[in-house]
Amino acid sequence: MTLNGGSKNGELVIDVRGLTKRFGDLVAVDDLELKVPRGAIYGFLGPNGSGKTTSIRMVCGLLKPDAGEGRVLGYDVLSQSSEIKERVGYMTQKFSLYEDLSIRENLEFIARIYELGDADGRVDRALENLGLVERQTQISGKLSGGWKQRLALACCMIHEPDLLLLDEPTAGVDPKARRDFWDRIRRFAAEGVTTLVSTHYMDEAVQCDSIAYIAYGKKLLDARTADIPAMIGLHAWSIEGPDLARAADLLEQEPGVELVARFGTAIHACGKDRAALAAAVQRVSARESLHAEEVEAGFEEIFIQLTAGRENEQFTAGQATAGKARA
Amino acid sequence: MNLFELSWRRVKAIFLKELVQMRRDRLTFAIMVMMPVMQLVLFGYAINTDPRHLPAAVELREDGPMTRSFLASLKASSYVDIVAVARNEEEGERLLRSGKASFLIVVPEGFERRLVRQERPQLLLAADASDPVAAGGVVSAVSEIARRAFAPDFEGPLSYLSASPAPYDIVVHRRYNPTGETAVNIVPGLLGVILTMTMVMITSIALTREIERGTMEMLLSTPVRPIEVMIGKTTPYVLVGAVQTIIVLCAAAFLFRIPFTGSWLAFLAGISAFIAANLMLGYLISTVARTQMQAMQLTFFVFLPSILLSGFMFPFRAMPAWAQALGEALPITHFLRVIREVMLKEAGLADVWGDLWPLLIILVALASLALARFRRTLD
Ligand SMILES: Nc1ncnc2c1ncn2[C@@H]1O[C@H](COP(=O)(O)OP(=O)(O)OP(=O)(O)O)[C@@H](O)[C@H]1O
Ligand SMILES: [Mg+2]
Repeated sequence: MTLNGGSKNGELVIDVRGLTKRFGDLVAVDDLELKVPRGAIYGFLGPNGSGKTTSIRMVCGLLKPDAGEGRVLGYDVLSQSSEIKERVGYMTQKFSLYEDLSIRENLEFIARIYELGDADGRVDRALENLGLVERQTQISGKLSGGWKQRLALACCMIHEPDLLLLDEPTAGVDPKARRDFWDRIRRFAAEGVTTLVSTHYMDEAVQCDSIAYIAYGKKLLDARTADIPAMIGLHAWSIEGPDLARAADLLEQEPGVELVARFGTAIHACGKDRAALAAAVQRVSARESLHAEEVEAGFEEIFIQLTAGRENEQFTAGQATAGKARA
Repeated sequence: MNLFELSWRRVKAIFLKELVQMRRDRLTFAIMVMMPVMQLVLFGYAINTDPRHLPAAVELREDGPMTRSFLASLKASSYVDIVAVARNEEEGERLLRSGKASFLIVVPEGFERRLVRQERPQLLLAADASDPVAAGGVVSAVSEIARRAFAPDFEGPLSYLSASPAPYDIVVHRRYNPTGETAVNIVPGLLGVILTMTMVMITSIALTREIERGTMEMLLSTPVRPIEVMIGKTTPYVLVGAVQTIIVLCAAAFLFRIPFTGSWLAFLAGISAFIAANLMLGYLISTVARTQMQAMQLTFFVFLPSILLSGFMFPFRAMPAWAQALGEALPITHFLRVIREVMLKEAGLADVWGDLWPLLIILVALASLALARFRRTLD
């Protein structure tokens, strides 16, 4: 792995503050701060349309922030995007390689664009890693969705970047390939490559060292993955029984229940007040003769709860401005 | 950041990629090669056929022996078919307006009398404006028909009338200025039109295609510079332009027997600057357009004045000043002058310099504008 001049071991690879991006009236990213240390695997989570892609694009210089400042790989994020681009591997959310070029031609194109020495050798190795040596002349557009993702990943790594910005790299990829992918990311991390990866998969989120959670353009949470459950302090009960739809309706009206969500054959009721939650669940389950037991709150519940709280806030804020406008 | 600093390796990367894409897009490639052939056939056909058997009406306001022999000659000629003989002005106008006749030939009152007195009477020829090419042919045809028709009458006592110029005037009324261009003039001009059309059109989607397919995001996330994209994306089409040029030149030489009289050096200089300017024009369009559809519309926005205001279709000097000014800003206007001078008027490099330097200025201006307009972000 090449060491760049900008950042040394232990330093922050991404260090940006106040990043803001507006599209017309919409504030897609609002005052985002991101500090990613070297070698970290940083998860970037948030519901659809929360501004993950927009944030990543600003970090690699593809979108000009309306406000904010900072450094990426030691280079100024506003004025030195050329330097940043040379050392960043960005995998777009949507397949953005040339569909009318073959697998090999795409890899060759990227290798040449980065002016890599021994482009042929690198392409050969990338094809071997991908397991696509036999199919290298196949047209990329004809690949299946998952294979396209894997090719895109290979392309954004071919120049051995110091920072990987991966926008939902495993969407539509089968479980085995996802495992392989995460193994590779961890190997890279051990070598000092930093990764910022957005995902909607919770099993991937827990593999990250840290998680930044963003909703409606605002960062709601940014912490070490291991610390998050304790920080949020969310408690959960799992409830099973015959008429879960009715049980869910009843639970939602109980005090102390902040979130009711379906998980497989059970529903999970969550709340921060452990005693109130337990009392509420026991009341309902006794009345409806349901089976209830306390479980550990997972990331999924935590994030749903985080966003749910935000939705209400967002709604009341909207009403407040509407009221002001009328007055 | 120097706008003109570049890495040839990256230019080559884009060049090779474009070449592969061009090769894969068989249909577009075929169209680009077939375009000159098709246009040559279309225009060449129109050029080769002298307009003949065009429906014409005659309005005779007097009825003398000379007039009658003129009418007989007209009827005998293969240029026009006399579809009606109008007895008065109104009837003649009606025939022309309804399209029953493309031409109206008017022999005015006292024509013979004034002819004999050498007062240069006028033969009026009103041409249907909608067919300028045909008009051009008939105008020359009519004077020839008239000359032949009156020749027997100008013998004997009237022999003093047989001297040239003819003792009468043929006055042509037309709303359009027929070009009067011959094949010799049109085929070289066609090269300009074909190159404008294909070069501008194909590069006008250079960037919009990347944007629409989503590949622009990947391209912009690499350290590639605007000038590298510009050069890498346009140069493959120089080859296409060269193929088209060769096709048209071969057709000019072997099909239309048009001589190439001037200097090849001047030709090469002119055509290189012209192709490059067109590529830059198209590329500039692609920095403006957001979709391929918009790019196509903008291309036609350029293409129409290129045909109409460049001197290809209508004489340049006959246009109003503002139209001429617009025309001067178009690459094709200068190229048409260069190529006509080189092919037909034995011109060398020094002769065409007057139109070569404006072409170079247009080229540099377009390229700089395109570079300045290139968006380095997705905003
Ligand atoms: N170019 C643009 N013009 C206008 N609005 C945009 C543009 N790009 C993004 N947006 C808006 O900004 C918001 C954030 O979009 P973004 O793509 O960053 O979300 P995301 O978190 O990546 O969502 P997803 O999980 O669906 O990929 C959305 O409301 C989106 O509609
Ligand atoms: Mg996204």
